[in-house]
Amino acid sequence: MTGDDSRHLPLEDIHVAAGARFGAFAGWSMPLTYPAGVMKEHLHTREHAGLFDISHMKLFEVSGPGAIALLDRACPMDAGALDISQSKLTFFLNEAGGILDDLIVTRLGGERFMVVANAGNAIADEKHLRALAADFDVKVEPLDRVFLAIQGPEAWAVLSRAGIETGSLLFMHGTEPRENWFMSRSGYTGEDGFEIGLPDTDARELVTRLLEDERVLWIGLAARDSLRLEAGLCLHGQDITPETDPASAALMWAIPKDIRAAGTFIGADALRAAVERGPAQKRVGLKPEGRQPVRGGAALFDADDNPAGHVTSGGFGPSAGHPVAMGYVTTALAKPGTRIFADVRGTKISIDINPLPFTPHRYRKG
Amino acid sequence: MAKTYFTQDHEWLRVEGGIATVGITDYAQEQLGDLVFVELPETGRKLSKGDTAVVVESVKAASDVYAPVDGEITDANASLSSDPSLVNSAATGDGWLWKMKLADEGQLAGLMDEAAYKAHIG
Repeated sequence: MTGDDSRHLPLEDIHVAAGARFGAFAGWSMPLTYPAGVMKEHLHTREHAGLFDISHMKLFEVSGPGAIALLDRACPMDAGALDISQSKLTFFLNEAGGILDDLIVTRLGGERFMVVANAGNAIADEKHLRALAADFDVKVEPLDRVFLAIQGPEAWAVLSRAGIETGSLLFMHGTEPRENWFMSRSGYTGEDGFEIGLPDTDARELVTRLLEDERVLWIGLAARDSLRLEAGLCLHGQDITPETDPASAALMWAIPKDIRAAGTFIGADALRAAVERGPAQKRVGLKPEGRQPVRGGAALFDADDNPAGHVTSGGFGPSAGHPVAMGYVTTALAKPGTRIFADVRGTKISIDINPLPFTPHRYRKG
Repeated sequence: MAKTYFTQDHEWLRVEGGIATVGITDYAQEQLGDLVFVELPETGRKLSKGDTAVVVESVKAASDVYAPVDGEITDANASLSSDPSLVNSAATGDGWLWKMKLADEGQLAGLMDEAAYKAHIG
């Protein structure tokens, strides 16, 4: 299915044995679906617990006296303001304020942080971070880990049965429960859940224990995509790119107020100017009328047939029970309830601007 | 007596009295995964071999289904509008896509029988 130049997951043999169908994603050969199929996998995650192999994503440890200063330069964040174990969604921006990648940064100690980066950007991210690190007293260390996500309302319970207590860990917090482990209460499905980076041997043992529990099912990348889309979460390279800034992407909530005003991160001036001007287009949720999905790339039009933007991600929402999409529309149209139209193979499909998420987030915040 | 033919593109045709019922094979539906929408053709539309007749949409992607031979659409499977998953559960039965009146039955000679198709998908 995939070319020989694809990278392979360390646990690939387990996925093959589980009957996974593989496909290429971000340079990796990834399990797209398992025999249950995308629909069942999606719904199972919302009802029970889905197990995802996300080892294509990269963990970096950033440590040293200059760690805070490096992160404050590289990202629009206040790394020193994070409590120990607190996580934060942030970005690498370019000088124009465009999003090079979205990241989760977790403070592990006074001068020690974990950075989780997207697969497709991992190599560029490392280069970027290392280049910046030259100006600071800091160590940037890519970690060789299997990375698993356990997502769904029963995620905590199945981990508990597998001997991993998650009790006091709240959403967007992370710890190191064992040597060379990193576990955070986070994920990309809109459900309560956890992401665990751990060594290969430990991962095989954990996977075996988890799969003994009938509440746990392997979930492929296809359902990961429909879950995150329903949850209104962005996929870098599609919904956010180096050409979109956090203001147009409706992600300014991820940047603390004082950092917006006075931060000295890369892209600060451009971002401030973009906020000042007001974005020409904004990222919104899109709900196509009827049953026909509207896919990424589809052009959008207003009621007078003027170009109004484009779809960046689209598909069917198994939990929503209808097609779901997101994209960018002219700011004046970016109000929920506004009716616009998508061109799908020459036919105009009615679409309403819809609030995000399509399915409510069920994070464990306290 | 109806005869069934297969194409390289994983379609099947059941031909009886100059009318072909067309669908996708079980192998094809497995590759596509759960279908959520089928864009059906209008009756009376004339198709040449290779024209897109139907678009099937899975959770993840849209895929074209091509006319395997020349002809005119005489019927489309309306039950797929409310239940596109019939294509998954009964690809070669209730999940048929459309019927067409063949323009040239000679074109059938270029298609595979079931044994050849099974060899094709390995």
